[in-house]
Amino acid sequence: MSNIRVLVGTRKGAFIMTSDAKRNRWDISGPHFAGWEIYHLKGSPADPNRLYASQSSGWFGQLIQRSDDGGKTWEAVGNKFIYDGIPGTHQWYDGTQHPWEFKRVWYLEPSLTDQDTVYAGVEDAGLFRSRDGGQTWQEFPGLREAKGNLWQPGAGGMCLHSIIQDPSNPNRMYIAISAAGVFRTDDGGQKWLPANGGLISPYELPDPSAEVGHCVHGIAMHPSRPDVLYMQKHWDVMRSDDAGKSWHEVSGNLPSDFGFPIAVHAHEPETIYVIPIKSDSEHYPPDGKLRVYRSLTGGNEWEALTKGLPQSNCYINVLRSALAVDSLDPCGVYFGTTGGQVYASANAGDSWEPIVRDLPAVLSVEVQTLL
Amino acid sequence: MIRVVLPHHLRTLAHVGKEIELHVDGPKTLGKVLDALEAQYPVLRGTIRDHLTQQRRPFIRFFASGEDLSLAPADTPLPNAVATGLIPFLIVGAMAGG
Repeated sequence: MSNIRVLVGTRKGAFIMTSDAKRNRWDISGPHFAGWEIYHLKGSPADPNRLYASQSSGWFGQLIQRSDDGGKTWEAVGNKFIYDGIPGTHQWYDGTQHPWEFKRVWYLEPSLTDQDTVYAGVEDAGLFRSRDGGQTWQEFPGLREAKGNLWQPGAGGMCLHSIIQDPSNPNRMYIAISAAGVFRTDDGGQKWLPANGGLISPYELPDPSAEVGHCVHGIAMHPSRPDVLYMQKHWDVMRSDDAGKSWHEVSGNLPSDFGFPIAVHAHEPETIYVIPIKSDSEHYPPDGKLRVYRSLTGGNEWEALTKGLPQSNCYINVLRSALAVDSLDPCGVYFGTTGGQVYASANAGDSWEPIVRDLPAVLSVEVQTLL
Repeated sequence: MIRVVLPHHLRTLAHVGKEIELHVDGPKTLGKVLDALEAQYPVLRGTIRDHLTQQRRPFIRFFASGEDLSLAPADTPLPNAVATGLIPFLIVGAMAGG
């Protein structure tokens, strides 16, 4: 019998929710690291009891926590994130150049094959790797060489917020930065190239189709189709069928193509999920109705999933890392809100129930399917 | 022996109570106390001072015997009452917010 473990990072700590495969009764532990911001926590595919968590605070800076028992106990490991060499400058909000400064870890991506190897996406945008279980961290400086001087912070900061490993090619990886775009490496992280062809940002960039500078909010891939990528951009839901070389819009009939997270069904590579938000000026769902949208066709044709979700007076947001799926059949879908709710669907989105309603603002949701 | 009071979150992180005691060799300066603190509790490295520059993090304050040493150089001697362990050295999270 499989179990599900949902890892939730919030503004005031981490919470771990567990259930059996029915996914209708949940045990909740936490807050872990009470009072700290937990931007992200994620389990190792190589050892599901190995978890990594990014713990940070405006007062005390960045810490990385590691658990070897599925989150029952934690150990603070290395927090020394030093850019390789002199990192130089990037564009600042006012268009001037600004020095690179480490602020926090946004995203942790454990290796697919080694529980001691984990990648960290940081603000100001950079990619680090630890090969000793988080004790020490080394940067991939080649990423910043991909026109880093033209990158600029989005409203949330200049963050590297998404990391995707290609399960069919250990040398290929994708990352996304706000506001720089998607970048791909084919040599294990030494050299990186922008992968933003076809993105158009007329409201954000003087050159709408610039090679870098796009405000990518989230990217997703199905492991069986590693050349197909999906993207929620600041505006526009996009798709690439050639490993990020070119993108085309698949927003279709969405009520708004602004939003943050995007996810792919665990067993259906053409089934994708987004949660539309009204606009970049009003970060809440259109018409006060919380609707997850599902496409069974890889985009363009979308259906609203509303059963169990509030359909009036709902003005929360769902952040970029706060949507995830499990790998049971039927596929479970989970998301957390800035209002502190974590919703779960045990039937691929057809209906939803809250696991919990009153957490601090949810920053991230990850799901482990434990066999 | 130098007595040090940490803010709540750093006590939790270091698994210590409100007040800890440090043995500091040589001159009892601000920098030496922080060095001793980080040597005894390595988990605190980076939470009070920047790893690279050793500068105080912006929202940390150092109080000693009624003096604010937050902007003082690292080689500043601690007041005698703190250096002799009569009263504690206070590491404080700065006021922020409303």
